[in-house]
This record gives sequence, structure tokens and C-alpha cells, in this order.
Amino acid sequence: MPIREGTYGLLAEFDTPTQLVRAAEGAYSAGYRRMDCYTPYPVEEAAEAIGFHKDEVSLVCLIGGLLGVAAMFSLETWISLWAYPLNIAGRPYYSWPAFVVPAYEWTILFAGLSAAFGMLALNGLPQVYHPLFNAPNFRNGATSDKFFLCLEATDPKFELGDTRAFLEGHAPLSVVEVEY
Amino acid sequence: MLDPMLDPITGEQRVLAPGHTFKSVTEKISGIVLTPHTPLGWFAGFLLAGGVVGILLVAVTWLFLKGVGIWAITIPVAWGFAIINFVWWIGIGHAGTLISAILLLFKQQWRNSINRFAEAMTIFAVVCAGMFPLIHVGRPWLGYWLFPYPNTMNVWPQFRSPLLWDVFAVSTYATISVVFWYIGMIPDLGTLRDRSKSKIGQFLYGFVALGWRGSVRHWVRYETASLLLAGLATPLVLSVHTVISFDFAVALLPGWHTTIFPPYFVAGAVYSGFAMVITLAVPIRKFYHLEDLITIRHLDNMAKVMLTTGLIVAYGYAMEVFMSYWYSASHWEYFMMWNRMFGPMGWSYWVLVTCNIALPQLMWLRFWRRSPGLMFLMSLIVNTGMWFERFVIVVTSLYRDYLPSSWGTYRATRWDYATFVGTLGLFTFLFFLFVRFLPMIPMSEIRMMLPQAKVRTEAEALPEAGD
Repeated sequence: MPIREGTYGLLAEFDTPTQLVRAAEGAYSAGYRRMDCYTPYPVEEAAEAIGFHKDEVSLVCLIGGLLGVAAMFSLETWISLWAYPLNIAGRPYYSWPAFVVPAYEWTILFAGLSAAFGMLALNGLPQVYHPLFNAPNFRNGATSDKFFLCLEATDPKFELGDTRAFLEGHAPLSVVEVEY
Repeated sequence: MLDPMLDPITGEQRVLAPGHTFKSVTEKISGIVLTPHTPLGWFAGFLLAGGVVGILLVAVTWLFLKGVGIWAITIPVAWGFAIINFVWWIGIGHAGTLISAILLLFKQQWRNSINRFAEAMTIFAVVCAGMFPLIHVGRPWLGYWLFPYPNTMNVWPQFRSPLLWDVFAVSTYATISVVFWYIGMIPDLGTLRDRSKSKIGQFLYGFVALGWRGSVRHWVRYETASLLLAGLATPLVLSVHTVISFDFAVALLPGWHTTIFPPYFVAGAVYSGFAMVITLAVPIRKFYHLEDLITIRHLDNMAKVMLTTGLIVAYGYAMEVFMSYWYSASHWEYFMMWNRMFGPMGWSYWVLVTCNIALPQLMWLRFWRRSPGLMFLMSLIVNTGMWFERFVIVVTSLYRDYLPSSWGTYRATRWDYATFVGTLGLFTFLFFLFVRFLPMIPMSEIRMMLPQAKVRTEAEALPEAGD
């Protein structure tokens, strides 16, 4: 079920990554901002062309790691000092060198899970519906061998006729209008 | 006529065969999964492996009914096959992480073809490994007592024990390996969703692809996450085998109580893991005709890694002997090493030396490294040797300790063998499922390696050929 009516955007299909990057650069300098490229493998130049430089995954990962080490180290300290103190061969209750190992493992566990799930969350995945899949040619190429640029209708500069003419100027294989 | 697999400029073996396009790579790899005609050989292998899993089920059922007494473990050898197999399987898993994480950080692009199934190998090896401590605890239904959780008995785990560190190391390793593997597979699952012809395939692959659509914004975050996971998995894999070696090294037993254990265990793990990658890669590339993607260059490189880690392991053995005979000045250490080499179970030490040190030196020969058949043979030899390494460490350190009156011996029972062979079956069984239903070579990473994947600058804007 479409969640909205109307046009999502115009989708241009290209044969090579170079053509895609040229078109994306052109669109960015023409003033378009609400747009995205779709490629079958990471094309860093395309991300830069549409003005996407920084992601927050590293920050999420760092926070996760700090939480992990803090959680495990305090758990171990609390258990060994207060909850269930055990005298093991006369070693001190607070044997912090021994606590390092599980704390280290949980640092990695939390950091890794944060990086993975943080990446998915920032990407808005899992996503059950996306209008681009309505385009007849998108599924044939976007995950195998074609390169797409989508200028979205929410962009203030978007105007169906003009934008289509603009995209046609970059020699795409096709330009399709994508419905919601 | 020049060999097309040789690079004309450097004269080296290519990582990928020339002439591939985005489309041909996608079709080749996804075709294996999406074909409606499953090869008969797959069914044969799958059924055979399934039969061996049956042996495992029988062995474990009998174990649960009778208890660990059906194994050969007793005093003085209270640790037997279970711990040997645990360490062996975990070690095999480590090469998968090494290939997917460490080689990614070092930008070794040749790893791309083999990293997915090496990671799958890691996970299945950890599944087999994780089973052993669980069924060894005697009352496996209470295995969750190992974790710290609030309970009515008001007891908590003891954090000064390496055995508890193991719980955290191995559970973290299993979790991170699965996450790394799955995250790496999402773009390829998207490809399978888009190329699948059947409704069920589209639904199931679509479900697990999470709506991946290849947005470059997503790719940037995805690449960051992959690098971070690789950066985290690298210290993790080193710590896991270090912690496993602590199980031994922290004990005050001649043959176990040595500082050399952590590095030498890690090297041994990588050694056996690469051997297992070759054991899997050689038949797979032959059976599925993947010679273009898993090339002689891969075999050659893996052989070199094995040669290196094999020499580190050899150094470890030499250092053990040195420490026992000359450096320790301890009668007990001296006796342990003499007994290990020339005692009633000395044969196992010489099997280990032959399989792990002597025969692998053949890999100095270039033709050996570049022959799939010979490398397959070598991988079996090395994995036999690595199994015996753990056997030697566990059994020959335990069976004759300080007091001659308490000496004993170790003779594995049929249930020990059945459980071990059963896990080999389980590993193969899971692997058969994997190659049939999931992309065993990462398509997106192979596309990235193709020459046409590069974005050309204005200066080199030559007329380009499309697909």
C-alpha cells in the first residue's frame, strides 16, 4: 500500500560509475540537494558528489564500547566485593587484573553490536517499503550492474519537466518517474 | 600464447581471471544459489554429511543418558577429546576471522573471493567447538549457570578463573562472527532478492536483505561499520585463542605452565584455519567451476601464510623443548618433555612433528603451492598435525604427573571418536546448506575489484565500454 500519492522522484540509470558521478556532481552544482545514488558496490566518489562526507557509525561504536567495558568491569567488581565475595587462594577480592579479560571481551561485544546495528539504524533499515522498488528497471540493475541517480520531488528545485531535461543531458540509459 | 591468468606487466598470477563484467560476476555467483537444478553431487554430499550428523545425535543422546563416563576421561587424564576437539575447532575458525578482518585492514584485495566462505567456516567451526564444553560440563541443561545472572541461589561466577574468561571470549567471538558475516552479506542478499524468480525466494531473501537498495549513503556507513567490525574482530580473535591458552598456561602443570602459550596458540590456530580454508576451497572451486574467482594466486598466498605460521608454531615447539630441558632447571619439566617425546605415548609427538613441521616444508616449492591437489593433501596433513598438537598438549602433560603411583594412561572410547567424527559431519552438513542457499563469494566485493569499477577522472575520461 502506498503511504503517499504522487511522484517520489526521477530516476536516471547509467551504465558506468563515472557517468553516475558526473551526473551527481552536475546535479549538486545545479543546486539539487534531496537526491541519492544507488550502486551495486560502494562508490565513494558518488557519496562525495552528493555532499555526504561524514557518518556517525564510529561514534555509536565508541559509545557502545565504553558502555561494554564499564558494564562488565563494574559487574565484576560488584560481584567480587559485595554480592558474592569468594576467597580464591588468598587473592584480593578486588583482583582487577583478572577482571580485565571479560571486560575486554564485552568492550568488543558491545562495540561490535553497536557498529552493526547502529549502521542499520542510521540507514533506516530494516525498511519494508520503498518507492524506488516501484521503478521497473531498479531491481534489475541496482544490486547487480547498473548505476542510478534519483532526484527527489521534495527538493525545492524539483520540477518534473526541467529536472527530466536536466537528467537527459547526462546521457543516461533511461529516466523514469517513480511513483510513491 | 601467453597464459591469460598471468598479469602481462608484473608476470604474477592474477587474483581474478580477466574479462569479467559486473553482470557476469553477479550471474556466476548468484546462479549457484538461484538455480532450479541443484546438482546431484550436492544431494549426495548433503545426505552423506547428514548421515554423519546422525552419528553425532546418537553419541550425544547416549552421553546425556549415561553421563561423561562413556568417554575415556578419568584421573589423571580428566581432560580428553572434548577439550582437544574444542581447541582444534576454535583454532580452525580463527582463519576465517583473519581473512575477513586482518586482511581487510591490510587492504589485501585477494581475500575478497574467499572471505565469505571463510567466515562461514568460522561460524560452523565455532558451533562445533562450542558444543564440546557444553556437553562436557556433565549437566548441560544447567550450562547457563556459567553466565552472571541474578538467581534465587544468590551465587555468582568466579571471575578469577580462565575457564570463565573462556565463556566470555567464546560467546563474544561467536556473536561478533555471526554479526560480521550477516552484515557483510546484506548487499548480496539484496542481489538475490532482486534476481530470484520464485515467490518464496523473493520473500525470504527480501526478508533477510532488510530492504537494502544500495544507496551510496548506506554504503558509506556500511563501509565504516565493516572497517570497525574488522578492527574489533582482529584483537578479538587474538584474545580468544590467548584466553583458551590461559586455560592451560594458568594451571601449575609441567607442559602447560608456560608463557609461550598465547602467541603459539594463536599462530597454530591461524595455521590450521588456513589449512581448513584450503580443504574447503579446492573441492568447491572444482565442483562449482569457480577457477576464475578462486585462483591459483589464492592457493599460493594461503600456502605462504601457512608456511609462515607453521614456522612460528615450529619455533613454539622448539622453545618448549628449550624451556623444559635447559632453562627451567626443573626435574618435573624435564621429565614431562622426555616422557612426551619418548614415553609410551611418544608416537603422538612424532606424528605432530612430521605433520606440522617436516612435511609442510614442501610448500617452499612453487609447484606444490600452485597445485590444487597437492595443497589439498597438505591441508589434510596440517589439520591432522594440529589435532595431534592439542592431543599432545592435553594428554601427554596429564597422564604422568608428579607421583608415579598416580600415573595412568588414556585410551579414547568409541563414543569419543563418534562425537568427534559427528562434529566433522555437522560442519560439512552446515557447509553444504551454506553453499546451496547463500552467496559463498561476496558479489559486491568482487565487483569492486573489476577494472571498470573505478571512477575515472576528467583527465583519463576515455571512451568506456559498457557491459
